Parts: sequence; C-alpha cells; structure tokens
Amino acid sequence: MDVARIRKDFPILSRTINGKPLIYLDSAATSQKPQQVIDTVSDYYERINANVHRGAYTLADEATTAYEGARSRVAQFINASSSEVVFTRGTTQAINMIAYGWGLDRLKPGDKIVLTVAEHHSNLVPWQIIARHTGAELVHLGIDSDYRIDISDIDRIFDDSVKIVSISGMSNVTGAIGPIAELTEAAHRVGAIMIVDAAQSVPHMPTDVQALGVDFIAFSSHKMLGPTGIGVLWGKRERLEAMEPVEGGGEMILDVHLQESTWAPIPHKFEAGTPPIAQAVGLGAAVDYLTEIGMENVREHEKQITAYALDRLSEVPDIKIFGPSDVAMRGGAVSLALGDIHAHDLATILDEDGIAVRAGHHCAKPLMREMKAISTARASFYIYNTNEDVDALVEGLHKARVIFGL
Amino acid sequence: MSLQELYRGVILDHYRNPRRRGKLTADHIHTEGKNPSCGDEFALDVIIENGVVTDSAIQGQGCSISQASGSMMADAIIGKTLDEVQDLAHTFKVMMTIEEGENPIDPDRPGAVLGDLEALQGVRKFPVRIKCADLPWTTLADALEQATT
Ligand SMILES: Cc1ncc(COP(=O)(O)O)c(C=O)c1O
Repeated sequence: MDVARIRKDFPILSRTINGKPLIYLDSAATSQKPQQVIDTVSDYYERINANVHRGAYTLADEATTAYEGARSRVAQFINASSSEVVFTRGTTQAINMIAYGWGLDRLKPGDKIVLTVAEHHSNLVPWQIIARHTGAELVHLGIDSDYRIDISDIDRIFDDSVKIVSISGMSNVTGAIGPIAELTEAAHRVGAIMIVDAAQSVPHMPTDVQALGVDFIAFSSHKMLGPTGIGVLWGKRERLEAMEPVEGGGEMILDVHLQESTWAPIPHKFEAGTPPIAQAVGLGAAVDYLTEIGMENVREHEKQITAYALDRLSEVPDIKIFGPSDVAMRGGAVSLALGDIHAHDLATILDEDGIAVRAGHHCAKPLMREMKAISTARASFYIYNTNEDVDALVEGLHKARVIFGL
Repeated sequence: MSLQELYRGVILDHYRNPRRRGKLTADHIHTEGKNPSCGDEFALDVIIENGVVTDSAIQGQGCSISQASGSMMADAIIGKTLDEVQDLAHTFKVMMTIEEGENPIDPDRPGAVLGDLEALQGVRKFPVRIKCADLPWTTLADALEQATT
C-alpha cells in the first residue's frame, strides 16, 4: 500500500493548523475524504441532480441509476445482495430502526436484550428506550483485564429469554475486536437475532456478511471516506421482510388508501422520503476507493501502524493505554491517559502542533466508568496515517509532560 | 508562547490542589453544571447570610481549566456581597470575551478584583476552551438566582 500516494488524494492533509501541517488522528470519529469522493459528489450536483424513483425524464433516470448503483457497490463491498442494503442516516439511525422495527412488537416483559458495557451510546440508548416500552430487560457483558468482551459467562446468560444480541464489531474506545462468532453462535442457539454495530469494523477490515452469519449490521459512510448524512442497515432478507418500517411516507409504499397502505418491497420500504442521494453516490465512490486499495491491505496497514504506536507510546512515562496489546485482537483506535493531565488539556497541547486527537468519553460513558477513566485522549489511524504521525504524537505527549511539570 | 500562557503555574496549582473541595453540611444552596459534550462536571455549595457569601465548597471533575476556574471562584466569592459577586462574575465574563472591552466594571469596585482568576485570561486565545472556564460560573449564576428568588 502506497501511503504517500494515498495522502496526495486527501486535500485536507495539505492544510496547516497553528502553522503546522495537520496530523489527523481522529478517523474513528470521522474520516477525511479523498478528492475522488469530493469530485463524485460535486459532479452529481453539477450534472445529474434530480429526485430518484420519480421521474420519467433522463436526469431522473440517471439520478436513480447513480443512487441504485451506489447501493450495489455497497452490497458487493460486504458480500450482500442489493435488496438487503438499506440506506439510512448513519449507524445511529440504523440501530434505532432495528430497535423499533424489530423490537417494539416482539419483545415482552421478561425478554432479554444482550449488550456489552463497551457499547457506543448509539447501541445502548435505543435499547433502553425499547426496554422501557416493552418491559424487556437489558443484560450487559463485561470486559476482561485485556479490555476484550468477557464471554466466559455466556452459557449461563443465554437462555430462551434472550431475544436480541447487539454488540460492536470493533470498539471505538479500546479498539478491541468483538467476539462476533461466539456471540452469533450463542444467540442463534437460543433463537435470538444477532446485530453488529459495524461502525468501526466495516471501515477498517474486510467484511463478509455471509461469512459472519449475523442478522443485521449497521455502519456509517463518514467513517469510511464517504460523506456524512448516510449510512447502511444491512439485514438478512427474511429479517428485513419481517421487520416493520418505522417511518412512513413517500418512496416506501406500494399502494396508499385513506385508512391503510401497503409497503414497497425491501429495501425501499425502509427508505421513506427523499433519500440523501448525493451522499449515497459519494459513499459509492468511497467504496470504490477502498476496494481499489483492498480492505486486506487497509487492515494490514493499520495493524502495522497500531503496533508501532503501542510500542512507541509505551516509552512515554506515566502513560496508561486502554486496550488490547495484541494487534491481531484490535483495530487502530488507541485510548490513553497521561499522568494527571486531563484529556482536554492533552488535546489542546497537541492541537498547538497541528495534531488532532479526540478527548473525552467517546460516547461510551458506561465503558469509561468500567475502566475507571473519567476521560481519555484517543488517537485513531486510517489509510493516510504514517509512523511519522505517531512520532509527532509521542513528541507532543513529552511536551505535555513538561508543561504539566510531570 | 501561548500554551505557557494557558497553563500558568497558578492554574496547575489550583487544578492539583483545589481549594474548598468537599461538601457543606450546614444549610446551603447546591447547584450543578455539566458540559455534556466533554463530560466536565462541577457542583457548588454556597451559604449566603444577610446578602453575603459566608462559605463555599466545590465538587466535580474535569480538565485543568474548568477545575482551576472553579477552585479560584470558590475562594474569590467568600466574604463578598451578592452585588460584589455579580461584579466579579461580570468582570470574569468580560475577561473571557474574545472581543475585549465590553462594559468593563470600574476596576476600583471591590467585586471587580480578579486576583488569581486573572491567570485564566490565557484561555481567551483558545476559544474551544472558554466553555471549560465558564462552567463553574454558570453554576454560580444558578446559585445566585436561587438565592434571590
Ligand atoms: C462503535 C460506534 N457505533 C456507533 C457510532 C455512531 O455512528 P454515527 O454517529 O455515524 O451514527 C460510532 C461513531 O461515532 C461508533 O464509533
């Protein structure tokens, strides 16, 4: 993988921040966009723009073809069929759609939803709301001393009362890869559905939904080089067909009467209203870009840079790293604390050198409590990051120690 | 250099050795503030007798700026009348405002003396951090409102 060539595709990387070249280490929050994606979106607006699935004229047809073309690219990217790919606003909306569309009618008091303490708020809060509506109970798997999901107790936890299991494929805080295979097996043994919050995994490693064998996955375009405002809900055909649409409106219907209506076939029954068309087309370009590089290569690059980062960071006195040490078990989100320096102060000090890291609770407050960390600074890597970026981070941390008199 | 201006010794001292940390037991006003985006938390206990702040205590967690600001504030309000506390809050707010010089208070008025709090003026150069310095003061504003209603 030619990182130097890849970097040239990302115009933002030539920006300076506080007089220093930008070193972007926050791709777990959102990735930067290559020129190819930016051009595809503006080209769509300049030449093709029309509403989809509505007009009989040329532009409308071209817009529909571009939108549906993006869907089939995404489908190919995760080895799914196009009709199983639902465009959403992002991971958050996709999980909410499953929670309401699958959970609301089916769950009853005594049923269990199995989550983990390490979930992003978007895979916690929707289930809390559904549990309140239905009387179902939430059960959370813990983490072990290596920050991985503790599955030692699953034989005891999984019985017929478990109806839904939802866990992240890769933690946005610790980087830990989720025990998807084990939990899918456990879920299906008791007849529960298995959902993967794939917001961090799809952008950073190969994903094959057939091989995964799960029922639903959710991910966001903006974390994988694509535009904001669009994401994907993938579900197995029979699951999507059995799931209720949460939103009604145009585009999602077969026929409408005054008292009742019938739904369009999947995926359209879940896409009420005018969808984010330009964003979908941009996501298609992002998928093309990643496919060209090869997701195996993306994963290898990130394993290499993460190993280098874990190694270099361990030289910094007073540092604590929250995540697995073995790069085979993790992705490139590295959360850390440095002595008594609060993460915001670290982020401010690093920003003076143009280094962008995330500071705070990373939308995972229960996990922060579990790790006894109030806030952490997080560096996260993608295809455009280099070992030199890691060196700059390490240097910045040394500087922070001096400023804080450590 | 501006980082040195931001992280002055006084600020780090208040961060590491916060003054008046704890809770009050006697009858007091309690208010809380949070910055949900970053997770900073601050809580204030104050006792106001005959229009004068006679005691204060703080709780919370967060970055050096929010916690130092709270520690300095808790100290600075002791012995002041409610009017003087309002003056202090206003003077602080003006100091934190990026556009300088809006309605500064006559510096000879006793409430206008910032003392240690002046060390926080470096924050102004870091706009994203102003909300950190402000957090304890919005909590104080809530307490003053409770005291006067
Ligand atoms: C693991 C995980 N799940 C869910 C989300 C939510 O994604 P979005 O905000 O794009 O809906 C994120 C990103 O913030 C994430 O990292």
